[in-house]
Order: sequence, then C-alpha cells, then structure tokens
Amino acid sequence: MDIENGSQMIAALHVSDLSISRGERRLFAGLSFAVKAGEAAQLTGANGAGKTSLLRAVAGLLRPDAGEVRFDGAGGPLDAGTARSGGVQMLAHQEGFRPGRTARAELTFQARWFGASAEAVTAAAKRLDLVPLLDLEVRVLSAGQRRRLALASLVAANRPLWLLDEPLAPLDARRRAQAAEIMAEHLNGGGLILAAVHDPLPVAARDIVVGAAA
Amino acid sequence: MSALLLLYRREVSLLWAGGGGPLLACGFALAVTAALPLAIGSEPVRLVPVAAGTTWIVLALASLLSLERLFERDHEDGALDLLALGPPTLEAVFAVKTAAQWTAVGLPLSLAAPVAALSLGLDPALAPLTAGAAALAGLAFAAVGALAAALSLGSKRGGLLVAVIALPLYAPPVIFGAGTVTAAQEGTSPGPALALLAAYALFACALTPFAGGAAIRNAQG
Repeated sequence: MDIENGSQMIAALHVSDLSISRGERRLFAGLSFAVKAGEAAQLTGANGAGKTSLLRAVAGLLRPDAGEVRFDGAGGPLDAGTARSGGVQMLAHQEGFRPGRTARAELTFQARWFGASAEAVTAAAKRLDLVPLLDLEVRVLSAGQRRRLALASLVAANRPLWLLDEPLAPLDARRRAQAAEIMAEHLNGGGLILAAVHDPLPVAARDIVVGAAA
Repeated sequence: MSALLLLYRREVSLLWAGGGGPLLACGFALAVTAALPLAIGSEPVRLVPVAAGTTWIVLALASLLSLERLFERDHEDGALDLLALGPPTLEAVFAVKTAAQWTAVGLPLSLAAPVAALSLGLDPALAPLTAGAAALAGLAFAAVGALAAALSLGSKRGGLLVAVIALPLYAPPVIFGAGTVTAAQEGTSPGPALALLAAYALFACALTPFAGGAAIRNAQG
C-alpha cells in the first residue's frame, strides 16, 4: 500500500546549500538546485568532483556537512525518510547484483524490493530484451548486460525519482537509444531524473556543475 | 512484509550456496571435536567431564565462520545501498539477516552439537537437551555475530575483527549452554541455566537490530 502511494508522491526535489566532504577534503559547498516532476538534471564535473557523493547524499546514504535535501509531494514537503524509502531508486556504478545468483533471481529480488509486482518484472525484462539472459549467472553477463538488468529493475519498480550514476557508460549505441526511450517515458509519466554524467543525457536535461569549491 | 520474506529467502539461499554456510560450519565443528581425543587422550575419564564445555566452544567457533560475508559482500557490490532504499528499514534488514544466519548455520549446528557431544562420551539421554540448548545458543550467536559483522563493515581485516568483537559477547551463551548440559549430567536441574540462555538469546535478538542498523548506516556514510 505504502509503495503504491510512494510511487505517486515525489513532485520535486530541492537541494539547498549542500556541502559535502570526503575525509579531509571538501568536495563542494553551497550547492543548490531543484528538479521538478517531468524534469531531468545532469551533474557534470571532473572526476572526483563529488557527483557520486551528491547522488548518495540525495539518497540519504551519506550525511552532508551542511545544507538540506528536501522532497516535496503534491501537497507540500514530505518526510525525507518516507520519500526515500518509497520514491527513490538509485542506479549506482555497481548495480548490486550478486555474481553467483541467476539474473532472474537478482532482478526479481531487486525490483520487488523496490515495490515492483511480479508482472512488472517480467514485462521490464521483455522490454529490455533480457529474457534469454535470465537463466545465466550474473557473473557471466557483460557490463552492458548487467546495466540493462539494472535498467529493467528501474522500469519495473517505476519509482518517481531516479538517481543514475553514469547510466549509459557501458551501453552500445543501440542500447543507448533504448535507454533514452525509457528515460523519456519516465519523464513523461511525471518522473524525475538526476544523473551524474560525462556524456550528456539523451533527453533534455538541465546542467548542474559540481565541484570547483576548493 | 513480502519484501522481507524475499530478502530472507535470498539470504538463506546465499548462505547455502556452494556449501559455504551449514556444511562448512558442521564440518568444522565435527573436525575440531575429532581432534580433541588426539590431543588429550581418548579415555572416557578424560573426555566425559569436558564433553559439554568442548561442544559449546566448538559451536561458538563454528558460528563465526560465515559471519564476515553476511554484510561485507552486500557492502562491496552495492547491494547494501539498495537495501537501505527499500521500504523496510535497515533494522528490519538486519533482523532478517540474523534470522537467515540462524536458519542456515545455527540450526544445522544444533544438530551437529549432540553428535559432537555424544562422540565425547555424553549420556545419549541428554542429546535432545543438547540440541535444544544449542539451537537457543545459535540464536544468540547469530544475533551477536551479525552485530559484530555490521560493526566491522569496511575495515580491511574484517574477518579477524568480527571474531575479536564477537567472541567476548559469545561468553554468556557458552557459559549458560554448557552449564545447562553439565547440570543435567550431574543430575541437577538444567532449568536455571537454560532460562538464562534463553533470556540472553532473546535480549540479543531484541537489541542488536538497532545497534546493527546504526552500524550499517555509519559504514555507508
């Protein structure tokens, strides 16, 4: 029940005055931006500028030094914990699939953990042409195939806010076009995308430059 | 709820996979037990008095074996970050992993415990009591051990650290568990020691999820 409500709820993400350090090093300070439903934003910046750390801070996995991450629903601010556990999904550099299990077992587990129905998992696997790969162990999949598995998990769970860390890096040209379609659909359906990228996102996206805070 | 059930099934199947969990733990327990008569002599007069104590030491050590992997693998491959974003809290994730550890390691060990104790000369009539007390002790070992595994997340020599954190906390179940069987051996009531063992196990299960959830969050930040 909560999951169903959750997938309806995030209408905007506000990041205000955010500062993050890793160890002794200040990555950036005073970063503010907002992403609204139907919008995509891409984080650009040099290697080590703090793009991934920013995504982790939005996901609540990393405590910022200062500043705030706020989620708004249709009717005003949401509790950050509820918003994250019902409405945020992250595609990190490592997809989080266990090498020794089959693609089917891991995709099903991950997508259903994020609230997908069994039917949605099957449909998403078909959509990404993963059906012939599902009985293989994750360890034998290529980087691109693992990434498609993670995209299928995003599509199946269909949470509103996608946090993507270099989502297209391991994909070939054809799969990039398919990923673009999926992202465009997500945005059309009222979703939000915040992505860390080096190559620009294949959908209209606002640039947010991370780093250069020294 | 169904998300936690899925997690439980995944964890149990991961622990069973490749013989890692139960077979390794039981094999280790029986191998160490078999080594004892070689070290101190095989006369019953030497072995019977230490049968209960040895069994519990062996159980505690065997319980340590697969703990390092309980959270570390998920931490390394990014799955722990995803688990943190699900509707269930990290405290619930911790409790489910504890339950899986008990199912896949604690319960099989509770079947190996009477075998080990009988082979050292324990009265066969005490085998059911030994198995029951070992199952309870296994619950305490799983909860406290999972906490040690969560606390050592991200450290370079995690496996060693898990043992150093867990073993002192394993002392009470070792004392009460061995005490239960020893009391029965001596013809006194095993009730008090068994009650203390149960109390420790339940206490550990009730409190460790909160400490464990905080430890995981700390490792992620």
